[in-house]
Amino acid sequence: MSEHTLARKDILGLRGMSREEITLILDTAASMLEIVDRDIKKVPTLRGKSVLTLFYEPSTRTRSSFELAAKYLSADTLSISTQTSSVQKGETLLDTARNIEVMGVDTVVIRHSASGASHFLARHLKAHVINAGDGMNEHPTQGLLDMFTIRTHLGRLEGLRVLIVGDILHSRVARSNIWGLLTMGARVAVAGPATLLPPRVAELGVDVYTDLDLALRHADVVNVLRLQLERQKKGLFASAREYNEFWGLTPERLRASQPDLLVLHPGPMNRGVEITSEVADGPQAVILEQVKNGVAVRMAILYLLMGGGE
Amino acid sequence: MSERLLIRGGTVIDPAHGYHGPGDVLVDNGVIAAVGVNLDADGAKVIDAGGFIVAPGFVDMHVHLREPGEEYKEDIASGTRAAAAGGFTSVVCMANTRPPIDTEGLVRFVLERVRQTGVVNVFPVAAITRGLEGKELTEAGSLRAAGAVALSDDGHPVADAELMRAAVQYAAMFGLPVIDHCQDSSLSADGVMHQGYWSTVLGLRGQPGEAEALQVARDVMLARMTGAHIHIAHVSSRHSVELIRRAKEEGLNITAEVTPHHLVLTDAIVNDMGYDTNTKTNPPVREEADRRALREALRDGVIDAVATDHAPHQQDDKLVEYEYAAPGIVGLETAIGLLSTELVEPGWLDWGRLVAAMSWAPARLLGLRRGTLGVGEMADITIIDPAYRWVVDPQRFYSKSRNTPFAGRSLVGRAHMTIVAGHVVMQEGKVLE
Amino acid sequence: MALQEKARIMDEDAIRRALSRIAHEIAERNLDVDNLVFIGIRRRGVPLAERLAAEIQRIEQKKPPVGVLDITLYRDDLTTKHDTPMVHKTDVPFTVAGKDVILVDDVLYTGRTARAALDAVIDLGRPRTIQLAVLVDRGHRELPIRADYVGKNVPTSQREVIEVRLAEVDGVNEVWIVEKTD
Repeated sequence: MSEHTLARKDILGLRGMSREEITLILDTAASMLEIVDRDIKKVPTLRGKSVLTLFYEPSTRTRSSFELAAKYLSADTLSISTQTSSVQKGETLLDTARNIEVMGVDTVVIRHSASGASHFLARHLKAHVINAGDGMNEHPTQGLLDMFTIRTHLGRLEGLRVLIVGDILHSRVARSNIWGLLTMGARVAVAGPATLLPPRVAELGVDVYTDLDLALRHADVVNVLRLQLERQKKGLFASAREYNEFWGLTPERLRASQPDLLVLHPGPMNRGVEITSEVADGPQAVILEQVKNGVAVRMAILYLLMGGGE
Repeated sequence: MSERLLIRGGTVIDPAHGYHGPGDVLVDNGVIAAVGVNLDADGAKVIDAGGFIVAPGFVDMHVHLREPGEEYKEDIASGTRAAAAGGFTSVVCMANTRPPIDTEGLVRFVLERVRQTGVVNVFPVAAITRGLEGKELTEAGSLRAAGAVALSDDGHPVADAELMRAAVQYAAMFGLPVIDHCQDSSLSADGVMHQGYWSTVLGLRGQPGEAEALQVARDVMLARMTGAHIHIAHVSSRHSVELIRRAKEEGLNITAEVTPHHLVLTDAIVNDMGYDTNTKTNPPVREEADRRALREALRDGVIDAVATDHAPHQQDDKLVEYEYAAPGIVGLETAIGLLSTELVEPGWLDWGRLVAAMSWAPARLLGLRRGTLGVGEMADITIIDPAYRWVVDPQRFYSKSRNTPFAGRSLVGRAHMTIVAGHVVMQEGKVLE
Repeated sequence: MALQEKARIMDEDAIRRALSRIAHEIAERNLDVDNLVFIGIRRRGVPLAERLAAEIQRIEQKKPPVGVLDITLYRDDLTTKHDTPMVHKTDVPFTVAGKDVILVDDVLYTGRTARAALDAVIDLGRPRTIQLAVLVDRGHRELPIRADYVGKNVPTSQREVIEVRLAEVDGVNEVWIVEKTD
């Protein structure tokens, strides 16, 4: 194995991934971004390889991003989307995956509502498994593209103060960001209503706030999470209006923060709830850039997993 | 059974009589004939117990035998053989079969199947409510007459406090304890593991220890209100331990059990084993402070008994996503080895206390005439080799199911011989019938 | 496997003279200097391309643009290697469509790198011509490819390796034949 190879079969999460591995992925993504900008967006690297996107939850954006990434590298793609869980469908996840594997798929990209579903699959498949979001656990490619975007704008990750705002409890995006950023030497804080912060979250090594105004004072970057409005029914917050008042990223809050505060959002946005349009469309937001960087990061991962022989 | 057996040269532990020392045990015609030193063989078959512990037959008061209805997971034949292999001479089987054991006829069915196919004693528990639905009481008196030794809706917490009050009061009239699976389902929500550091790290929904303790607190109050005997199944939380400790200090009729896995594991196992569903149990294994509290409570007698909560499941219930997996693990064949290795060896417990918690204590609290080496009592005897080294290999289980997180674990200590009513049913790991 | 230095076949002076000659050949053959662009193949093709462009400037008083090509993603041997080679950025900050592209590398050997580079350049646009300039041609072609400009032809055995050392990368300007010793 050389220093240019990921020493792993699967990408299941950023927890446990080394600084060297993350750096390799981000550096490779920087090279891939040039291809995304070309007129002819295609290189022959993964010709003859096949990538399956297996999505048990709807997500147009992440699935499209993976498919384009694979296509730009000349891999063939196959897509299975189902809203029903394996239990309801009658066929287990393992049976589905094994059936597809024998057809010769090299990499399975899985999105699933159950935390650990990608680990389960990885343990039982010879194919590479990429976690495209599993329950409340991790969404490693989102974490990587967020870090890539931050690094592009601020030149580094080490020593930066990154604030993640919103429903940390249910967020795989938050977890992947926390693990990746801490590994890269950033200082991470989370902010949100106490009911949406996971128990003992401070033990992950992050600063914890319920007061967003206070938290923003110490931030170089803010990553605003999508609020699932149905959490209100479970009593985890009182109303969208009050959420916006206390935890929404508004122009007033932006003005009171660092002048060059970088604003990220993994999308899709609830405009007027966790972020107002003026902020989302403003000069400090890099939300569309994140989407584009996502393709480059996923190209990097596909290349690093499948580019070598075995 | 007219054969005479002399178990010679072992260390006899008989908690019922406070005896712990060298001795021989003479069995005649299926009952204990004498316990003493240098007993005369007088033509009896001699079993050399040098280096071994000779204990009253172990009683597992919390086992799921799955018969009737889920015989593909376990049945009385395989479950009682697993019990014999693990050193248990008696098991108490839970009522959550299909259909649930909620009528006299079903109790009799189980006992008839035990007579036909079992190799150890089986004492059935009947449901508290019909169909385990938590609505209407079962016929406690008739169930008792048919042979039920306790009532439990195990697997389903009885949420309705007034119904529970009635159930314990009614059952107490017939001398039946009520065994409660304590879990406030609104607070435990859909938690699939312990709520704590690891649930946050792994992104799995957690259930807090307080969800169990909340219902333990209610049961303590019901025991105080009614004077009835309530037994808390598989205690997992330090908060429950504290409530039980205080209830006992007050003199209430509360008893409790703990499983080997709650004594041995913490929630870190879910991470260590990468979401392996064989780490999923209900209640879940909890954190270090809970494990320590459980060990101390067992040592101090706040928790009366060890019970395995042996819960067999086949692969199709376990080889799925963590949150969809059936909770529970098999426990009969690993219990002694785990407790010997993890509790006795490091000095948490001595063999005397462990033997008591696995024989005399559960027998006494259920009113069974077992768990003692008293002369004239049934000759149910477990002989333990405390120094035997082995590695857990689920393929060698007598149970039909292999769902254990302990596969591959190196253990010290196992049951050397299981004797039921004077009859050797297991020897050196082999069940003889 | 170790490498042992066998002979120095070019020194600083020889390299300078070779590049100067190549530049003159390029200028002769491409009368429309405004249409010339140089693309160096990573890694040592890049400083060579820079030097050739500087020579052209000396001759024609006009410096053609220079781009950097990373051919990793075009290699045909990825699946036979255990390692995934590091992908570096391709940086061609000008259009190649309609241009006369001078592709520059240090050594021409099997021709596979040049083949990959041709694909890579064509993916960037449709040049009028692509010409290949190399400092050393050591023979042993596996594909029907030849260089338009060659600094030095060096007959070699398969056991030998040509090492081009350039000041921008290696601190010195020289070319060595080294031999594999097992």
